[in-house]
Amino acid sequence: MRIKINGKEKITELRDLYSIKAGYFPGNPENLVVILNGFQTPDNLQINDGDEIVLIEKGEMPEQTEFEAMLSARHTPGVYERVKKARVAVAGLGGLGSNIAVALARTGVGHLHLVDFDVVEPSNLNRQQYRIKHLGMYKTEAMQMELAEINPFISVSIDTVRVTEKNAVALFAADEIVCEAFDHPEAKALLINSLLTRCPAPKIVGGSGMAGFESSNTIQTQRVMKNFYLCGDRQTQAQVGRGLMAPRVGVCAGHQANMVLRLLLGQEDA
Amino acid sequence: MSLVVINGQQVDNAEKMTLKDYLVREGYVLSRIAVEYNGEIIPREAYGEKQLQDGDCLEIISFVGGG
Repeated sequence: MRIKINGKEKITELRDLYSIKAGYFPGNPENLVVILNGFQTPDNLQINDGDEIVLIEKGEMPEQTEFEAMLSARHTPGVYERVKKARVAVAGLGGLGSNIAVALARTGVGHLHLVDFDVVEPSNLNRQQYRIKHLGMYKTEAMQMELAEINPFISVSIDTVRVTEKNAVALFAADEIVCEAFDHPEAKALLINSLLTRCPAPKIVGGSGMAGFESSNTIQTQRVMKNFYLCGDRQTQAQVGRGLMAPRVGVCAGHQANMVLRLLLGQEDA
Repeated sequence: MSLVVINGQQVDNAEKMTLKDYLVREGYVLSRIAVEYNGEIIPREAYGEKQLQDGDCLEIISFVGGG
Protein backbone atom coordinates (compact mmCIF):
# COMPACT_ATOMS: atom_id res chain seq x y z
CA MET A 1 0.00 0.00 0.00
CA ARG A 2 1.30 3.43 -0.95
CA ILE A 3 0.65 6.33 1.43
CA LYS A 4 2.22 9.68 2.27
CA ILE A 5 3.63 10.41 5.69
CA ASN A 6 4.63 14.01 6.34
CA GLY A 7 4.73 14.69 2.60
CA LYS A 8 6.94 11.71 1.74
CA GLU A 9 5.78 8.65 -0.19
CA LYS A 10 5.99 5.43 1.82
CA ILE A 11 5.11 1.84 1.03
CA THR A 12 3.69 0.10 4.08
CA GLU A 13 1.82 -2.97 5.19
CA LEU A 14 0.49 -1.22 8.30
CA ARG A 15 -3.30 -0.88 8.29
CA ASP A 16 -4.27 1.59 11.03
CA LEU A 17 -3.13 4.84 12.60
CA TYR A 18 -1.93 3.40 15.91
CA SER A 19 0.40 1.01 14.06
CA ILE A 20 1.69 3.91 11.97
CA LYS A 21 2.29 5.96 15.11
CA ALA A 22 4.18 3.12 16.80
CA GLY A 23 6.09 2.28 13.63
CA TYR A 24 7.29 5.74 12.75
CA PHE A 25 7.36 7.60 16.09
CA PRO A 26 8.21 5.09 18.82
CA GLY A 27 8.33 7.82 21.55
CA ASN A 28 5.37 9.07 23.60
CA PRO A 29 2.19 8.66 21.50
CA GLU A 30 0.34 11.19 23.73
CA ASN A 31 2.59 13.93 22.35
CA LEU A 32 1.69 13.22 18.70
CA VAL A 33 -0.89 15.10 16.65
CA VAL A 34 -2.31 12.81 13.96
CA ILE A 35 -3.98 14.21 10.84
CA LEU A 36 -5.54 11.88 8.27
CA ASN A 37 -6.51 13.45 4.94
CA GLY A 38 -7.01 16.90 6.50
CA PHE A 39 -8.82 15.66 9.63
CA GLN A 40 -7.20 15.63 13.06
CA THR A 41 -8.14 12.51 15.00
CA PRO A 42 -7.17 10.68 18.22
CA ASP A 43 -8.81 7.46 16.99
CA ASN A 44 -7.28 4.32 15.56
CA LEU A 45 -8.75 4.75 12.07
CA GLN A 46 -8.14 2.30 9.22
CA ILE A 47 -5.86 3.58 6.50
CA ASN A 48 -6.20 3.04 2.80
CA ASP A 49 -4.07 3.27 -0.31
CA GLY A 50 -3.37 6.92 -1.25
CA ASP A 51 -4.01 8.32 2.25
CA GLU A 52 -2.07 11.35 3.41
CA ILE A 53 -1.02 11.18 7.04
CA VAL A 54 0.75 13.90 8.97
CA LEU A 55 2.29 13.15 12.37
CA ILE A 56 3.43 16.18 14.34
CA GLU A 57 5.36 16.07 17.61
CA LYS A 58 4.03 18.97 19.72
CA GLY A 59 6.62 21.56 20.58
CA GLU A 60 9.22 20.21 18.16
CA MET A 61 10.47 22.27 15.22
CA PRO A 62 10.12 19.95 12.22
CA GLU A 63 12.72 19.32 9.56
CA GLN A 64 12.43 21.84 6.74
CA THR A 65 11.29 19.17 4.26
CA GLU A 66 8.41 18.07 6.49
CA PHE A 67 7.36 21.55 7.52
CA GLU A 68 5.43 22.37 4.36
CA ALA A 69 3.38 19.15 4.62
CA MET A 70 2.58 20.01 8.24
CA LEU A 71 1.52 23.57 7.38
CA SER A 72 -1.11 22.33 4.93
CA ALA A 73 -2.08 19.17 6.82
CA ARG A 74 -5.51 20.50 7.88
CA HIS A 75 -6.44 21.53 4.32
CA THR A 76 -9.00 19.55 2.36
CA PRO A 77 -6.89 17.07 0.31
CA GLY A 78 -5.92 18.41 -3.12
CA VAL A 79 -6.41 22.08 -2.21
CA TYR A 80 -2.81 22.91 -1.40
CA GLU A 81 -1.45 21.49 -4.66
CA ARG A 82 -3.88 23.64 -6.65
CA VAL A 83 -3.51 26.95 -4.81
CA LYS A 84 0.29 26.62 -4.81
CA LYS A 85 0.34 27.39 -8.56
CA ALA A 86 -1.90 30.47 -8.27
CA ARG A 87 -1.07 34.15 -8.43
CA VAL A 88 -3.43 36.58 -6.69
CA ALA A 89 -3.16 40.35 -6.19
CA VAL A 90 -4.39 42.28 -3.17
CA ALA A 91 -5.03 45.94 -3.97
CA GLY A 92 -5.02 47.88 -0.70
CA LEU A 93 -3.55 46.48 2.54
CA GLY A 94 -5.89 48.00 5.13
CA GLY A 95 -8.56 46.18 7.13
CA LEU A 96 -9.75 44.08 4.21
CA GLY A 97 -6.49 43.59 2.34
CA SER A 98 -4.27 42.70 5.30
CA ASN A 99 -6.79 40.10 6.48
CA ILE A 100 -7.24 38.70 2.97
CA ALA A 101 -3.46 38.47 2.48
CA VAL A 102 -3.00 36.58 5.76
CA ALA A 103 -5.82 34.14 4.93
CA LEU A 104 -4.47 33.46 1.43
CA ALA A 105 -0.92 33.01 2.75
CA ARG A 106 -2.16 30.50 5.33
CA THR A 107 -4.01 28.68 2.55
CA GLY A 108 -0.74 28.48 0.61
CA VAL A 109 -1.59 30.59 -2.45
CA GLY A 110 1.77 30.32 -4.20
CA HIS A 111 2.26 33.92 -5.25
CA LEU A 112 0.76 37.01 -3.64
CA HIS A 113 1.14 40.46 -5.21
CA LEU A 114 0.58 43.20 -2.62
CA VAL A 115 -0.13 46.82 -3.65
CA ASP A 116 -0.46 49.79 -1.28
CA PHE A 117 1.09 53.27 -1.00
CA ASP A 118 0.54 54.00 2.69
CA VAL A 119 2.40 53.43 5.98
CA VAL A 120 1.14 51.69 9.12
CA GLU A 121 -0.14 54.10 11.77
CA PRO A 122 -1.69 53.53 15.21
CA SER A 123 -5.35 53.81 14.13
CA ASN A 124 -4.79 50.84 11.78
CA LEU A 125 -4.21 48.47 14.69
CA ASN A 126 -7.93 48.29 15.58
CA ARG A 127 -8.60 46.02 12.59
CA GLN A 128 -5.54 45.50 10.43
CA GLN A 129 -3.03 42.66 10.69
CA TYR A 130 -0.09 44.77 11.87
CA ARG A 131 1.69 45.17 15.21
CA ILE A 132 3.39 47.96 17.10
CA LYS A 133 6.74 47.00 15.59
CA HIS A 134 5.34 47.84 12.11
CA LEU A 135 4.35 51.45 12.90
CA GLY A 136 5.81 53.82 10.31
CA MET A 137 6.69 51.05 7.84
CA TYR A 138 5.11 50.81 4.41
CA LYS A 139 2.20 48.39 4.65
CA THR A 140 3.61 46.43 1.69
CA GLU A 141 6.91 45.84 3.51
CA ALA A 142 5.28 45.19 6.89
CA MET A 143 2.88 42.64 5.39
CA GLN A 144 5.65 40.93 3.41
CA MET A 145 7.58 40.55 6.68
CA GLU A 146 4.49 39.24 8.49
CA LEU A 147 3.65 36.70 5.77
CA ALA A 148 7.22 35.35 5.82
CA GLU A 149 6.62 34.47 9.48
CA ILE A 150 3.34 32.73 8.67
CA ASN A 151 4.19 30.78 5.52
CA PRO A 152 7.74 30.87 4.20
CA PHE A 153 6.84 28.59 1.26
CA ILE A 154 4.99 31.23 -0.78
CA SER A 155 6.46 34.10 -2.77
CA VAL A 156 5.29 37.64 -2.15
CA SER A 157 5.95 40.59 -4.46
CA ILE A 158 5.13 44.18 -3.55
CA ASP A 159 4.43 47.48 -5.30
CA THR A 160 4.45 50.53 -3.04
CA VAL A 161 2.45 52.86 -5.29
CA ARG A 162 -0.94 54.51 -5.48
CA VAL A 163 -3.19 52.87 -8.09
CA THR A 164 -4.31 55.31 -10.79
CA GLU A 165 -6.24 55.10 -14.05
CA LYS A 166 -2.87 55.30 -15.82
CA ASN A 167 -1.02 52.50 -14.03
CA ALA A 168 -3.84 50.10 -13.06
CA VAL A 169 -3.81 47.83 -16.11
CA ALA A 170 -0.01 47.48 -16.27
CA LEU A 171 0.29 47.02 -12.51
CA PHE A 172 -2.04 44.00 -12.38
CA ALA A 173 -1.26 42.60 -15.87
CA ALA A 174 0.09 39.27 -14.55
CA ASP A 175 -2.64 38.65 -11.93
CA GLU A 176 -5.45 36.18 -12.68
CA ILE A 177 -7.47 37.30 -9.65
CA VAL A 178 -7.41 40.75 -8.04
CA CYS A 179 -8.89 41.53 -4.62
CA GLU A 180 -10.20 45.07 -4.40
CA ALA A 181 -9.56 46.11 -0.79
CA PHE A 182 -9.45 49.89 -0.89
CA ASP A 183 -11.04 52.27 1.60
CA HIS A 184 -12.41 55.07 -0.60
CA PRO A 185 -15.36 54.42 -2.91
CA GLU A 186 -13.70 56.41 -5.72
CA ALA A 187 -10.63 54.17 -5.53
CA LYS A 188 -12.83 51.06 -5.58
CA ALA A 189 -14.70 52.30 -8.68
CA LEU A 190 -11.48 53.30 -10.42
CA LEU A 191 -9.94 49.84 -9.99
CA ILE A 192 -13.06 47.97 -11.10
CA ASN A 193 -13.63 50.20 -14.13
CA SER A 194 -9.98 50.07 -15.19
CA LEU A 195 -9.46 46.32 -14.84
CA LEU A 196 -12.80 45.10 -16.18
CA THR A 197 -12.25 46.96 -19.47
CA ARG A 198 -8.92 45.15 -19.83
CA CYS A 199 -8.81 42.22 -22.23
CA PRO A 200 -8.90 39.53 -21.00
CA ALA A 201 -10.42 40.83 -17.78
CA PRO A 202 -9.18 39.31 -14.52
CA LYS A 203 -11.64 38.05 -11.94
CA ILE A 204 -12.10 40.73 -9.28
CA VAL A 205 -13.34 40.13 -5.75
CA GLY A 206 -14.27 43.42 -4.08
CA GLY A 207 -15.68 44.66 -0.79
CA SER A 208 -18.31 47.31 -0.09
CA GLY A 209 -20.24 47.93 3.13
CA MET A 210 -18.69 46.47 6.30
CA ALA A 211 -18.55 49.36 8.80
CA GLY A 212 -20.19 49.41 12.23
CA PHE A 213 -21.61 46.48 14.20
CA GLU A 214 -24.74 45.59 12.25
CA SER A 215 -25.46 41.87 12.00
CA SER A 216 -22.74 39.78 10.40
CA ASN A 217 -25.49 38.01 8.50
CA THR A 218 -26.12 40.99 6.22
CA ILE A 219 -22.66 40.53 4.68
CA GLN A 220 -22.88 38.43 1.55
CA THR A 221 -20.88 37.43 -1.51
CA GLN A 222 -22.66 38.18 -4.79
CA ARG A 223 -21.57 37.73 -8.38
CA VAL A 224 -22.67 41.16 -9.57
CA MET A 225 -21.03 41.04 -13.01
CA LYS A 226 -19.48 38.32 -15.17
CA ASN A 227 -15.98 38.91 -13.79
CA PHE A 228 -16.81 40.79 -10.60
CA TYR A 229 -17.78 39.40 -7.21
CA LEU A 230 -18.77 41.83 -4.46
CA CYS A 231 -18.72 41.08 -0.74
CA GLY A 232 -20.26 43.18 2.04
CA ASP A 233 -23.72 44.52 2.84
CA ARG A 234 -23.29 47.13 0.05
CA GLN A 235 -24.75 49.90 2.27
CA THR A 236 -23.02 50.38 5.61
CA GLN A 237 -20.36 52.95 4.86
CA ALA A 238 -17.76 54.30 7.23
CA GLN A 239 -18.92 57.74 8.35
CA VAL A 240 -18.92 60.13 11.30
CA GLY A 241 -20.36 58.13 14.20
CA ARG A 242 -19.89 54.75 12.51
CA GLY A 243 -16.39 53.32 12.49
CA LEU A 244 -14.62 50.36 10.98
CA MET A 245 -13.89 47.60 13.46
CA ALA A 246 -12.08 44.28 13.37
CA PRO A 247 -15.02 41.84 13.62
CA ARG A 248 -17.17 43.00 10.73
CA VAL A 249 -14.23 43.98 8.52
CA GLY A 250 -12.85 40.50 9.22
CA VAL A 251 -16.15 38.89 8.21
CA CYS A 252 -16.04 40.73 4.88
CA ALA A 253 -12.35 39.91 4.32
CA GLY A 254 -13.18 36.27 5.02
CA HIS A 255 -15.89 36.37 2.37
CA GLN A 256 -13.42 37.80 -0.12
CA ALA A 257 -10.65 35.31 0.67
CA ASN A 258 -13.07 32.37 0.46
CA MET A 259 -14.37 33.58 -2.91
CA VAL A 260 -10.77 33.71 -4.16
CA LEU A 261 -10.23 30.16 -2.92
CA ARG A 262 -13.44 29.02 -4.62
CA LEU A 263 -12.35 30.57 -7.93
CA LEU A 264 -8.93 28.92 -7.67
CA LEU A 265 -10.68 25.57 -7.18
CA GLY A 266 -12.92 26.16 -10.21
CA GLN A 267 -16.11 27.18 -8.36
CA GLU A 268 -17.53 30.22 -10.14
CA ASP A 269 -20.78 30.54 -8.16
CA ALA A 270 -20.80 33.02 -5.30
CA MET B 1 -43.95 50.54 -22.30
CA SER B 2 -40.29 50.39 -21.41
CA LEU B 3 -38.35 47.17 -21.31
CA VAL B 4 -35.16 48.49 -19.84
CA VAL B 5 -34.06 46.27 -16.96
CA ILE B 6 -31.78 47.83 -14.36
CA ASN B 7 -30.38 45.83 -11.42
CA GLY B 8 -32.97 43.15 -12.10
CA GLN B 9 -35.96 45.55 -12.02
CA GLN B 10 -37.98 46.70 -15.01
CA VAL B 11 -37.65 50.48 -15.14
CA ASP B 12 -40.19 52.86 -16.70
CA ASN B 13 -39.32 56.01 -18.60
CA ALA B 14 -35.69 55.08 -19.09
CA GLU B 15 -35.66 54.45 -22.85
CA LYS B 16 -34.57 57.29 -25.07
CA MET B 17 -32.37 58.71 -22.34
CA THR B 18 -28.61 58.48 -22.33
CA LEU B 19 -27.08 56.33 -19.64
CA LYS B 20 -25.51 59.44 -18.12
CA ASP B 21 -28.86 61.28 -17.94
CA TYR B 22 -30.42 58.27 -16.24
CA LEU B 23 -27.59 57.96 -13.70
CA VAL B 24 -27.74 61.67 -12.87
CA ARG B 25 -31.55 61.62 -12.60
CA GLU B 26 -31.34 58.73 -10.13
CA GLY B 27 -28.73 60.49 -8.04
CA TYR B 28 -25.76 58.18 -8.66
CA VAL B 29 -22.34 59.66 -7.92
CA LEU B 30 -20.56 58.92 -11.19
CA SER B 31 -17.12 58.61 -9.59
CA ARG B 32 -18.34 55.85 -7.25
CA ILE B 33 -20.03 53.41 -9.61
CA ALA B 34 -19.37 50.71 -12.18
CA VAL B 35 -21.92 49.95 -14.92
CA GLU B 36 -22.32 46.75 -16.88
CA TYR B 37 -24.38 47.33 -20.01
CA ASN B 38 -25.69 44.22 -21.81
CA GLY B 39 -22.87 42.17 -20.30
CA GLU B 40 -20.04 44.64 -20.90
CA ILE B 41 -18.46 47.16 -18.60
CA ILE B 42 -18.87 50.72 -19.86
CA PRO B 43 -16.00 53.20 -19.39
CA ARG B 44 -17.13 56.28 -17.49
CA GLU B 45 -16.37 58.62 -20.40
CA ALA B 46 -18.83 56.68 -22.59
CA TYR B 47 -21.88 57.09 -20.29
CA GLY B 48 -23.02 60.18 -22.23
CA GLU B 49 -22.95 58.34 -25.57
CA LYS B 50 -24.97 55.29 -24.55
CA GLN B 51 -28.60 55.67 -25.60
CA LEU B 52 -30.86 53.42 -23.51
CA GLN B 53 -33.17 51.24 -25.61
CA ASP B 54 -35.90 48.65 -25.16
CA GLY B 55 -34.33 45.32 -24.25
CA ASP B 56 -31.28 46.79 -22.54
CA CYS B 57 -30.07 45.17 -19.38
CA LEU B 58 -27.95 47.17 -16.96
CA GLU B 59 -26.21 46.43 -13.70
CA ILE B 60 -25.20 49.50 -11.72
CA ILE B 61 -22.94 48.93 -8.74
CA SER B 62 -22.41 51.75 -6.20
CA PHE B 63 -19.49 51.56 -3.83
CA VAL B 64 -19.54 52.81 -0.25
CA GLY B 65 -16.50 53.77 1.81
CA GLY B 66 -14.65 51.50 4.24
CA GLY B 67 -12.04 48.80 4.06
